[in-house]
Amino acid sequence: MSVEGMPQGQDSDVLVRVKNLKMHFPVTEGALIPQVVGHVKAVDGVSFDIKKGETLGLVGESGCGKTTTGRCILQLEKPTSGDIEYDSVNLGNLNRVGMLPMRQRIQVIFQDPYSSLNPRMKIGEIISEPMHVHNIEPDQQTRDKRVLELLSVCGLNAKFVDRYPHEMSGGQRQRVGIARALAVRPEFIICDEAVSALDVSIQAQVINLLEDLRDEFNLTYLFIAHDLSVVRHLCHRVAVMYLGKMVELADCDELYDNPMHPYTKALLSAVPIPDPTIEHKRKHQVVKGEIPSPINPPSGCVFHPRCISAVDGCSKAIPEFREVKPGHWVACSEV
Amino acid sequence: MAKLLEVEDLQTQFFTSAGVVKAVDGITYDVEEGETVAVVGESGCGKSVSALSILRLIPDPPGRVVGGHIKFMGQDLATLSDEDMRTVRGRQIAMVFQEPMTSLNPVLTIGLQITETLQQHLNLNKEEANARAVELLGKVGISDPDRRLKQYPHHLSGGMRQRVMIALALSCNPKLIIADEPTTALDVTIQAQILELMKDLTRELDVALIVITHNLGVVARYADRVNVMYAGRIIESGTAEDVYHYPRHPYTLALLRSVPRMDQPRKAKLDPVQGQPPDLTKLDKGCAFRPRCNFAIDKCTSNGPVLETIEKGHTVACWQHEKLLNALETA
Ligand SMILES: Nc1ncnc2c1ncn2[C@@H]1O[C@H](COP(=O)(O)OP(=O)(O)OP(=O)(O)O)[C@@H](O)[C@H]1O
Ligand SMILES: Nc1ncnc2c1ncn2[C@@H]1O[C@H](COP(=O)(O)OP(=O)(O)OP(=O)(O)O)[C@@H](O)[C@H]1O
Ligand SMILES: [Mg+2]
Ligand SMILES: [Mg+2]
Repeated sequence: MSVEGMPQGQDSDVLVRVKNLKMHFPVTEGALIPQVVGHVKAVDGVSFDIKKGETLGLVGESGCGKTTTGRCILQLEKPTSGDIEYDSVNLGNLNRVGMLPMRQRIQVIFQDPYSSLNPRMKIGEIISEPMHVHNIEPDQQTRDKRVLELLSVCGLNAKFVDRYPHEMSGGQRQRVGIARALAVRPEFIICDEAVSALDVSIQAQVINLLEDLRDEFNLTYLFIAHDLSVVRHLCHRVAVMYLGKMVELADCDELYDNPMHPYTKALLSAVPIPDPTIEHKRKHQVVKGEIPSPINPPSGCVFHPRCISAVDGCSKAIPEFREVKPGHWVACSEV
Repeated sequence: MAKLLEVEDLQTQFFTSAGVVKAVDGITYDVEEGETVAVVGESGCGKSVSALSILRLIPDPPGRVVGGHIKFMGQDLATLSDEDMRTVRGRQIAMVFQEPMTSLNPVLTIGLQITETLQQHLNLNKEEANARAVELLGKVGISDPDRRLKQYPHHLSGGMRQRVMIALALSCNPKLIIADEPTTALDVTIQAQILELMKDLTRELDVALIVITHNLGVVARYADRVNVMYAGRIIESGTAEDVYHYPRHPYTLALLRSVPRMDQPRKAKLDPVQGQPPDLTKLDKGCAFRPRCNFAIDKCTSNGPVLETIEKGHTVACWQHEKLLNALETA
């Protein structure tokens, strides 16, 4: 199944392939003559595939490199090394013109629905702008019609066309972000904390919408989030990152029923369940300490200083990311 | 247990060009010593405004507390001078705000911010204040506190800043801490660290806690009692067990059902609360939830329900609470 010890199939239904991705940001010191004094290893050797129609969840603590991974796929960052293939095309080899059609096929929905919408543009303009850029529906009338369609698909009243972002609630703005992403008929959408800022009832509406759209338009999602209950609800497979590295990858049910990496276990046990009786009985394993600096990551396994199962060897050897069961990948020498 | 805080018929309004926003529309509840009370409800229902009203921190204009009484340790807070109120805010009631970055001063060291508060409120000299600051940072789980005291807020991670805020809140041995979304900006592992810490401290020091949150899991884990708010009112209140296992208000039920649960089989579809939140400038005398309610009857339009006690410690404001119970039992 796997290629060169990476969680990658050779199946033709792979849409996105990330191969040994590294993104190291230089850290500089000195105001006049800045000198590079180190590197933030934001993403440090990450590989995964996303199949057509699949939703892959990407979880992990703040700062572990989720957004950076997404930005590399979008080619908003130039990776230090590694490859991003989209539909068998290596995106790193494309120039600006070559990338343009890809920018239509790949869209993104951001976390903060307020700052990602231009406050001076009306909702109708916000949604039609990307169609303009990609020359979809060049005819004004059909474009206007499509804006109304998109509003309706996203559960927004047609009257919002003439409103400004500040006149809408957070949930409504998030729907505008989704409508804008859908405007150019993408195949693949990166949802970066797309529902995190919403309160639970609106969150449920937006999650249902994302699911309906996935079914209707056969969309593929990379779903970046920190709410593990939401990820379980929405995703087919889930990847867990820690400090720039992938520590576990498995089918959704397998990951939640049978987590293997100590970090994944800790992460899952930290999620409070909305039932007081269960919560009062449950044992809580709190991960000690803070996430270490990605400038000077710990030696060996990057999780070892916080790991309750760490043994002597963990501070020395970097654990291999290996397939311990079909489709279940773990980077831990003690598994 | 003794009553620490008594809120009676609190009403807070904002006078805006769009009309009068009834942000808090007559809420009544008590907090006992050492108790943890959670406040839940959808965005805009008045959770923060009700907390700020207790502390007399509502910006005027446009806002004003227009009715009700707040008693803290038997004393009516409205009768205090501004000076005395400041003392209450510093020493007896502490607030942890949602965004720790905006509530810490970016140009002062962590140490200065804590020791200044301590010197002001506890009449400590500089050395005593410093020693106490080190002790407090240690207590909230910050390693190497001596070094941290010399650092500025931007040197710390979000989780650490939030812990500094908690250390600040604890610094004067308050009787009550009000925490508004204390962990929303943090990820689950840090959230768990901070909440365990707050829980331990409330037990150890017998501090009462009012925690405002969207996270129903957090409420289940930490709260003794829950107040569910809707459109500026408390519509249900009880122990966490009563409210989660026997919800008697249709909104509470809808809220609990809207979240995906990791301990249950995956659902095909989530059940969001249908419809839109009400416009707080256009509330009438009926029940504010009725346009979104599956159980609504004519009476709900003509006559808003009042909070009634249906069992010891469990109150609800709904004409149909019996119907709801029956429906849940037959389901
Ligand atoms: N342009 C940049 N220059 C330097 N460092 C960066 C840059 N972008 C990101 N980083 C660093 O890379 C690391 C990973 O950041 P990233 O935003 O990918 O994390 P994340 O997993 O998305 O976190 P969060 O859950 O908080 O959104 C962090 O330590 C961050 O500070
Ligand atoms: N300065 C203000 N001027 C006018 N209206 C205000 C002001 N502050 C708050 N409000 C209104 O009062 C109501 C209650 O606001 P509040 O901040 O208490 O909501 P909340 O329950 O804390 O919501 P969230 O969960 O989003 O924090 C809202 O409808 C809000 O629009
Ligand atoms: Mg991010
Ligand atoms: Mg609030």
